[in-house]
Amino acid sequence: MLLVVEDVEKSWPGASGPVPVLRGVSLSLDAGETAALTGESGSGKSTLLTLIATLDRPDAGRILFGGTDITGLTDPEAAALRRNRIGLVFQQFNLIPSLSVAQNLSFHARLAGRHDPDWTDTLAERLGLSPHLTKYPEQLSGGQQQRVAIGRTLALRPDLVLADEPTGNLDEATGDAVLDLMLALTAETSAALLMVTHSTRLAARLGQRHHLHSGRLEA
Amino acid sequence: MIWRMGLLALLSYWRRHPGQAVTLVLGLALATALWTGVQAINAEARASYDRAADALEQTTRPSLVPSAGDRVALEDYVTLRRAGWQVSPVIEGNLSAGDTRYSLIGLEPLTAPAVPRGAGTGAEGLSAFFGPPGQLLAHPDTIAALAGDTDLPPRVASPDLAPGTLVGDIGVVAGMLGMGDALSSLTVLTGQPRDDAALAELTPDLHWQPPREGTDIGGLTRSFHLNLTAFGLLSFAVGLFIVHGAVGLAFEQRRGLFRTLRALGLTARVLALLLAAEMLLVAMLAAGVGIALGYVIAAALLPDVAATLRGLYGVPVAGAIALRPEWWLSGLAIALLGTGVATAQYVWQLARSRARATAIPRAWARASEGALRRQAVLAGAILLAAPLIGLLGSGLAAGFSLLGAFLLGAALALPPALAGLLALFERRAKTPLTEWLWADCRLQLPGLSLALMALLLAVAANIGVSTMVGSFRTTFTGWLDQRLAAELYLNLGEDARAAELRPLLDATAEAVLPISAVDADLAGAPGRLYGQPDHATFRDNWPLLAAGPEVWPRLSTGEGVLINEQLAYGADVAPGDTVTVDGTALPVLGIYSDYGNPRPQAIMGLEPFLTRLPDAPRHRFALRVPPETVPEVMAELQAAGIRPDQMTDQAALKQVSLQVFERTFAVTTALNILTLSVAALAILTSLLTLAALRLPQIAPVWAIGLTRARLGALELVRAGLLALFTVILALPVGLVLAWVLLAIVNVEAFGWRLPMHLFPADWAAICTLAVLAALVAAAWPARRIATRPPAELLRRFADER
Repeated sequence: MLLVVEDVEKSWPGASGPVPVLRGVSLSLDAGETAALTGESGSGKSTLLTLIATLDRPDAGRILFGGTDITGLTDPEAAALRRNRIGLVFQQFNLIPSLSVAQNLSFHARLAGRHDPDWTDTLAERLGLSPHLTKYPEQLSGGQQQRVAIGRTLALRPDLVLADEPTGNLDEATGDAVLDLMLALTAETSAALLMVTHSTRLAARLGQRHHLHSGRLEA
Repeated sequence: MIWRMGLLALLSYWRRHPGQAVTLVLGLALATALWTGVQAINAEARASYDRAADALEQTTRPSLVPSAGDRVALEDYVTLRRAGWQVSPVIEGNLSAGDTRYSLIGLEPLTAPAVPRGAGTGAEGLSAFFGPPGQLLAHPDTIAALAGDTDLPPRVASPDLAPGTLVGDIGVVAGMLGMGDALSSLTVLTGQPRDDAALAELTPDLHWQPPREGTDIGGLTRSFHLNLTAFGLLSFAVGLFIVHGAVGLAFEQRRGLFRTLRALGLTARVLALLLAAEMLLVAMLAAGVGIALGYVIAAALLPDVAATLRGLYGVPVAGAIALRPEWWLSGLAIALLGTGVATAQYVWQLARSRARATAIPRAWARASEGALRRQAVLAGAILLAAPLIGLLGSGLAAGFSLLGAFLLGAALALPPALAGLLALFERRAKTPLTEWLWADCRLQLPGLSLALMALLLAVAANIGVSTMVGSFRTTFTGWLDQRLAAELYLNLGEDARAAELRPLLDATAEAVLPISAVDADLAGAPGRLYGQPDHATFRDNWPLLAAGPEVWPRLSTGEGVLINEQLAYGADVAPGDTVTVDGTALPVLGIYSDYGNPRPQAIMGLEPFLTRLPDAPRHRFALRVPPETVPEVMAELQAAGIRPDQMTDQAALKQVSLQVFERTFAVTTALNILTLSVAALAILTSLLTLAALRLPQIAPVWAIGLTRARLGALELVRAGLLALFTVILALPVGLVLAWVLLAIVNVEAFGWRLPMHLFPADWAAICTLAVLAALVAAAWPARRIATRPPAELLRRFADER
């Protein structure tokens, strides 16, 4: 199993003590599988994603990635894991504003030392970004920026893609197109995909569906 | 109500952003402090000069002085008074107490043109002044310094007098100096017309001396004050960049608030007025802090400045700073002006903008390539115009305009130049991290450019001024070696005494070189003409800047004269031309440097000089003796009756001059460090205020897989690189600045040009210091990134939900 989440708990500090966000969440995902994480605002979807991405640590429970517990990783170890094996796609794209589209596309893969220029070119072509390679992020539309973010992640050929509402800032048609591309490309690279979304329509297109309610997973 | 609520809303921003408020006030306060401190020092020095010049009205009136020797006989005074001449006697001498020398002046209070405040009035007061034991009037500082001295007559405070000067009744002072009936000079009173023929008949030993130029002291010390003022102005300019940056950011970050206030019904005009009022409050607060800091800086630096002025120019300066309106008002004015300049463009934009437009971020945060190109064109135009100002204009104003234009052009050229350099490095980067590093540097450039421009100006000013001062020191000490080639100098006061002692001098010294000088009209201006013997001492050492062929043989045979650089500049003559000396045109054989002397001067061979002027005084000599025997020779001469104050030991004089320079350097170094500190603060404040904007740029890279520690280190590297590039670009700017100061401003101000010496070790030290200052400034923001809790970085993602 590529990813195993076991009884994970997380609280945020509040005015009158810790506020529980995740209460004993468990799920698993194998290589090449796709899963959707849905739930209302504040249900803990994004928090769970950041814990899996090693951007933060759970208060309790374990997260196993490739059989290794990643909840106790040091800052450099966590950074190395994100750099080499996990790809992140955010709702706000989070491109690097100082780099061109071409540089953004290859940045993550080059950082990991796994840059494949042919694959990056293919991705640019498939994502419709070839005419925009010399532009900067601020010169692109929202949909184009999200495609760059997806391209940047997939250029790495990560084992796991974590996507936090990747279509949340896009209109329905563009969102569908972006998701189509993401599903097709993750399938080609055998990456697992865990995607947070508000949309049950989009969630229905993924292999697994998990619904979070008040910090707990519902069947 | 609308005004009150509007102002409250605006001020609430500062309550939520106290760091930014401190930045704004501190930047403006520091800028004001440096300017005010320098102005306070200058004002104190000027007040001392004025006191020295005005208290006794000595410099503003003509006087009768001996044609030979340094004494006026009492009989001459009596003769003149009996003939109805309006003159008043004066005695001058020196008094040593501890290791300090005081100037002692005796005057006759009933006839003197002015008596300093403090002298008693009425019969009782005058009786106390006359003595015995008499009274000495002095500045309160001088009285404090002499507090333990019980040998002197009672001292009375007189704020009119310059520190270091003591004034008493002529009888009391004559007794102290052991001058008997002799006088030093006779001051000519108002209403006494000049009548040289009658004077020659009545007292042939005296001649009429026009009023001393009141600006002599000012002229001599002007270079020093120019240096200080230039520093103050540059420091203020550096501070202005901080203020501009802080004000700009405060406006940019509040655009949303402005839009809201407009939406709630505030007119653009009301909003603009509220912002202007808010900035006025800030300026007043900062001015108060800045003036207080300026006082502290001035008080700390004044002892060194006073020592420099006393040692270098013999000008006494008070040791304490007085709260003079001229400097604190200038501090207040410049703080208001600085804030006004920084605020005006934003307030103007707001007053003219539509409600929705107030929320659109301005371009400065992401200066486009087009804007940089336009800035580069403007900088180029200003840099091209700068030499034209120098070529077409004349005088000090043109010199300073050239400097101002050049510095402005260089500062404006910095961001485009840095952007070009960074783009070049980005293109050549091999790894994604270095690629990102250079690209990110470029992204930060618009936000940091004002601080970097401040750093450029600070470093350029440091290099320029230290090169000027260093060149001055090297030239001046070299020149002292040349001009003071003889080991011992004697001024025996009277020709008869000199003739009497001459056999002893011949027996004591390896060579006895007579020196004679008279006042003369040189190219239409009052100057001094010297007679100089033909000797290797002068032939081998005299500091000639330009010379025709066979200069020394021709000088000794009277075929022409040597003239000083000031005369050559003023009369616009070169070797081969002629210059008029007391109405006679004589060929110019050579030009020599004569630093520190504002008057024209010429030298003839001694023999032709004495043939032409047989009555010229002959009581001054330069003695050549083995240097190690100077103390013995001095003791021998003293035993023969020559007073210590009639001998000048060249080595001691040079040592004193060098000590003075070291103290001058102490002041310059202190100002260097202060200016660099202001620039470092500019970088710190810019980085801190940019920190909030940096998060969106850094968070994605962290998420992709760079540790916070590495991101912090890269932040430090980035600041260091930008500072390094700026410093490298500042080096040529500083050298041009030094060249303009030495070759244009000095010549316009003083009539002499100093050769430019290069001090690479000093530049390296300044550049290293500047980069270190930038690294120190960047250390805190970098540490904040390195230790930023992940939750804050996560908020970057969550905030956008």
